[in-house]
Amino acid sequence: MKRDGKKIIFEKESDLPPNAMSLGTTEFNETGSWRNERPVVDKAKCISCGICWKYCPDMSIKEDSEGKAEIDYVFCKGCGICAAECPVKAITMIEEEK
Amino acid sequence: MKYSIPQKELMNPGHLACQGCGGALSLRLVLKTLGENTILTFPACCWSVIDGPFPYSSVKVPLFHTAFETAAITAAGIKAGAKKVEKEYVNAVAWAGDGGTYDIGIQALSGAAERNDDIFYFVYDNEAYMNTGVQRSSATPKGAWTTTTPTTFPKAEFKKDLDAIVAAHYVPYQATASPSYPEDLTKKLEKAVKIRGFKFFHILAPCPPGWKTNPEDTIKLGKLAVESGIFPLYEIENGEKYTINMPSPKKDLKPVNEYLTKQGRFRHLKEDDVKTIQEYVNKRWEKLKRLAGV
Amino acid sequence: MSEQKVIMGNHALSYGAVTSRVQVIAAYPITPQTQVVELLSEMCADGTLDAEFIKVESEHSAMAASIGASAAGARAFTATSAQGLALMHEMLHWAVGARLPIVMGNINRSMAPPWTIWSEQTDSLSQRDTGWLQIYASSNQEVYDSVLIAYKVAENEKVSLPVMIILDAFFLSHTSENVTLIDQKDADRYLKPYNPKYRLDIKDPHTFGGLTGPDWYMELRYKIQKAMEDSIDVIKDAQKEFKEMFGREYGLVEPYRCEDADTILVTMATAASTSKQVIDELRDKGEKVGLLRIRFFRPFPYDEVRKYLKNSKKVIVLDRNLSPGAGGIVFQEVKSALYNEPVKPKIYGYIAGLGGRDITVNTIGKLFDDAKNSEPADIKWMEVKI
Repeated sequence: MKRDGKKIIFEKESDLPPNAMSLGTTEFNETGSWRNERPVVDKAKCISCGICWKYCPDMSIKEDSEGKAEIDYVFCKGCGICAAECPVKAITMIEEEK
Repeated sequence: MKYSIPQKELMNPGHLACQGCGGALSLRLVLKTLGENTILTFPACCWSVIDGPFPYSSVKVPLFHTAFETAAITAAGIKAGAKKVEKEYVNAVAWAGDGGTYDIGIQALSGAAERNDDIFYFVYDNEAYMNTGVQRSSATPKGAWTTTTPTTFPKAEFKKDLDAIVAAHYVPYQATASPSYPEDLTKKLEKAVKIRGFKFFHILAPCPPGWKTNPEDTIKLGKLAVESGIFPLYEIENGEKYTINMPSPKKDLKPVNEYLTKQGRFRHLKEDDVKTIQEYVNKRWEKLKRLAGV
Repeated sequence: MSEQKVIMGNHALSYGAVTSRVQVIAAYPITPQTQVVELLSEMCADGTLDAEFIKVESEHSAMAASIGASAAGARAFTATSAQGLALMHEMLHWAVGARLPIVMGNINRSMAPPWTIWSEQTDSLSQRDTGWLQIYASSNQEVYDSVLIAYKVAENEKVSLPVMIILDAFFLSHTSENVTLIDQKDADRYLKPYNPKYRLDIKDPHTFGGLTGPDWYMELRYKIQKAMEDSIDVIKDAQKEFKEMFGREYGLVEPYRCEDADTILVTMATAASTSKQVIDELRDKGEKVGLLRIRFFRPFPYDEVRKYLKNSKKVIVLDRNLSPGAGGIVFQEVKSALYNEPVKPKIYGYIAGLGGRDITVNTIGKLFDDAKNSEPADIKWMEVKI
């Protein structure tokens, strides 16, 4: 068995756990590529309320050094919940350039 | 940043849930409070796919994928085994969709509830067989479109009252909850983890592709379902003591209209249909208030 | 100290589970299995056995609970019969795919309709392709001993597969025989506590059984077949150690007077005990006849079957089961095992004793007579009223 970053590469039968047991996490799967629109945080407006973090189904809201919301674009699928729920409209959805 | 619920994440990103998935958010929120001493089992449901393909997983606690109709009993088996093997107390958790709960899994659910097995049972209810492409289940509400209840003949029956069925087993604790109200959910979980015996959580999980809604509306829909009384949040202890959490029993309900019109699955409904749904919701709300003694 | 006890076959299963120190039992009652779980319930209640007993609401749940418990790392036991086993079918596959060493007793009973409770092997043979090891017992002592052997084999890392111990309804399940119960201290030396390499462990979390595409599913199936093949040596070792410790000898098959035999009867379970008497009588008359009882049907003991049968002239297979449209199930397997042998015996397939009809000394005598004076056929019916 080889690992390529977070990817697991089986080469032959003996690499596999017989009971189909997991050996890694879904972090290999960079779901940011699913996005049609990206959320952009206006840090000046952000009041650090944590609502966007709380409601993110993809754990893609982080806290920056000043306690403001920061998007993890590696995994953010662009659902737009954060922008819709932000009480001060600090997050806007912008079309992805593909 | 303010954290109104536990910061700990027991889920990894990269999972395969659709954009704005209420079911994915619900498990994220639940695991925060249940913590590491938790063993999960998933029957066939969206989460069989969301969790990711072998050899990967998106949850940071042990998980056993099991057959469609066996969520409750697999959790009970895990609990019995863990009791013999683990030194620490383990939350054995069945995490099932509405199909695996209301329909094919109701026998095992009833068995575990009647035995008062010391497990958690969560149904993340997205009101149809979403994983197989939106077929009606007995949790699908009246009037809804699904691929087996086309708009020319939408679902004729009202949603099965599963909470009443579970209450008829007099289980120590059961609650309805919503990912739109994480603090309420967390408070209920904190209460439930201290209870030994059968704990049942019914979570309404908005499903953008199945409900034909915008992914960004997931939280709003959850709130509208509660505020309109379609999915009130309440607890039942020992099958008898009802406590209404939300909406306030003292205030009038929001009309169902806004909740329905935001969803493509209800787009075909006529005024009369909406009226029927409104009357039904009102009737059930009155019944719930009676049960709660308010 | 070992102890002599006169017990029925069902209780031999219960005592086997106790001596194996099972930790979780999940079972649902069905005639003729009920005594297995009744006795275990009593023993759990009075503290003789320190196990969790889940009184489930169906056999499907009995197997699902056993699977959950075993995945959590506990030694799990259940028992069932016929309709119950059929209901479990989906979960029998699950136990195998998840590689869980569950041991289950199955009391062979005919399938309904019409309603019936009497012995026939079609219920367990219908589960042949699930990947469970299958032991067909012919005495209560063998039933009891097989429970310990089964756990020892199942829990061996090379195997990690579940085992079914099968006994004939009433002929064994409800018949009392003298059984030597093994002293617990000796049993504990033979069968160590179950300590799997991987389980649902909160300190080392893993997910089991996630979605697998065509890229690796086949390799996981290959592993199951490999484990079955490897189990042959594991079984031999486990049974050798058993003999050394407790004096009783078991093989994958049980040959009886097969040396120099021209005609060999092949069968399973209690019909084999009856057959021995007929073999002795025919031998007394100078006929070169023998018996090969198949004890392990899965893994199928190809080597032993070939070794004992290839030099005979005629092989008679007696099946208390039927695959409609084909014939006896053991017959099909024995025939295919011999197909590539350069010199092959003629093979006769007999169906007898369905629905619990007695297979008597007379039945078996007639069968030898018939084979002596007729050409082989894939299916011959014994004592059917047509």
